[in-house]
Amino acid sequence: MDYHILREFADSWVLLAMFVFFVAAVVWAFRPGSRKQHRDTADVIFRHEDKPAEEEART
Amino acid sequence: MWNYIKLAVLGIAVILFGLAANYGRDFAYQVHALIFMAAAAMTFIYTLRVAGDVKPAPTGYLDGVVRAGVIATAIWGVVGFLAGTFIAFQLAFPQLNFEFLQGHGNFGRLRPLHTSAVIFAFGGNALIASSFYVVQRTSASRLWGGNLGWFVFWGYNLFIVLAASGYVLGVTQSKEYAEPEWYIDLWLTIVWVAYLMAFMGTIFTRKEKHIYVANWFYLSFIVTIAMLHIVNNLAIPVSILGSRSVMVMSGVQDAMTQWWYGHNAVGFFLTAGFLGMMYYFVPKQAERPVFSYKLSIIHFWALIFIYIWAGPHHLHYTALPDWASTLGMVFSVILWMPSWGGMINGLMTLSGAWDKLRTDPVIRMMVISVGFYGMSTFEGPMMSIRAVNSLSHYTDWTIGHVHSGALGWNGMITFGALYYLVPALWNRQRLYSLGLVSWHFWLATIGIVLYAASMWVTGIMEGLMWREVDSQGFLVNAFADTVAAKHPMYVVRATGGVLYLTGALIMCYNLYMTVRRAPVKADESALAPAE
Repeated sequence: MDYHILREFADSWVLLAMFVFFVAAVVWAFRPGSRKQHRDTADVIFRHEDKPAEEEART
Repeated sequence: MWNYIKLAVLGIAVILFGLAANYGRDFAYQVHALIFMAAAAMTFIYTLRVAGDVKPAPTGYLDGVVRAGVIATAIWGVVGFLAGTFIAFQLAFPQLNFEFLQGHGNFGRLRPLHTSAVIFAFGGNALIASSFYVVQRTSASRLWGGNLGWFVFWGYNLFIVLAASGYVLGVTQSKEYAEPEWYIDLWLTIVWVAYLMAFMGTIFTRKEKHIYVANWFYLSFIVTIAMLHIVNNLAIPVSILGSRSVMVMSGVQDAMTQWWYGHNAVGFFLTAGFLGMMYYFVPKQAERPVFSYKLSIIHFWALIFIYIWAGPHHLHYTALPDWASTLGMVFSVILWMPSWGGMINGLMTLSGAWDKLRTDPVIRMMVISVGFYGMSTFEGPMMSIRAVNSLSHYTDWTIGHVHSGALGWNGMITFGALYYLVPALWNRQRLYSLGLVSWHFWLATIGIVLYAASMWVTGIMEGLMWREVDSQGFLVNAFADTVAAKHPMYVVRATGGVLYLTGALIMCYNLYMTVRRAPVKADESALAPAE
């Protein structure tokens, strides 16, 4: 495992794997049905302002 | 039982640090051993005093540590800005490098004190405190690990004290933004692992189905800083009883590792972490959800995939191979896109609520912060282009760029977050005075404009003077000529610093009076037991 083998591996398969992962993440964000879930997640900051969910359920 | 183990460990630590102080090979190491010993002894006494107490089961969010972090952020901010303003005056008026402070209070010693105080003490405490606040609210569960959050807070601030006292005493491994020596690095590693555990533990025990985007940014900041810190600080101590060490890597490998670290400290400490702040506090202050959640996801993945490659642009025209510096340049330019995606997302969160800009100086502060983020992430890629870099590198343009990012983006978003957090944490209806927030806003903004504008002028001027040759091919200017020519701009820069510092002092007064004088928020949360 010298430098050149690592270098070769890094700018072929690893590069491809990272690129595929990135494209997949973007495609996943646009999958059908994601809009509803994203809207719900964006509203997380407006819930549970004062106390954790468990204690809110108790009161 | 757990308390007995803690007491035993702390007691042994006190003895070992005392021995280290006795046998230490250099003065700074002995001072640091005594600081460690004092910290261990104080923790020992505290643990002993509370050992038998029967504590009620903790309820609510762990906000005490966030309050402590907010106070630390404000105080360290003033310290860091004061140090920066003083060294700005030292550059303009070298007489301020006093003879009786030689070796301790001259520019070379105070400069790392300033950079570490603003980045790690001010910025770091802001990140730790806000991340603890945000992760609890968006996970709907109490901070994981009992008092682990408190260990992170005190441990991190012990690290700051060690680093700062070390700079003045001359303990440095000569790596920019990674100056602390090996034993301080080891201590920070321990604290950082505890930080990661507290943060991840809270996410694992969350009651919300999805992890809010701010937590993604915070988490990438914590994980990446851990990786950068360990790799860039690989060193072998000369002696276990001394403060000196030898870096494992050398030459161009060491330089590349240093700037891989240095630029990703900007990318993940000063960008990803603070974007976590932006994605929580801007929507909260605007009282509407983030403009596009999809864009925030793409922003996240694009940013972390691209930033990590940008480091080599610090090493144009050096022994670094051309391909590597081209790679760094190309990725820096691509980075412009996710950066502006994030800026647009932050700004457009206000769409439909732009009127708030007129009435709410806190949101104005956040918006100008995002504006400065956009400006400095345009300037950065431009300066990373090799041809531009040949003019800008080693000049004051770089310093101006850094400060439009640090004072504008990091500083202003932190001030905005503090103005949001203090009334929320101390259960106050509102801030003590919005008028004082406006004063802070304008002082800080004019201060940054003075700073950035003077540094552009002096940076480009000295870059052009350095490369100016006459018809025979001889250099026209001596280095001292450029120093003399820069003097007026240095005075303007220091004046900008005074304005920025004044604004921060006004903020501290306003926040203090908010806690002391502002009316208490009267709702059901006031009946909740105090922390």
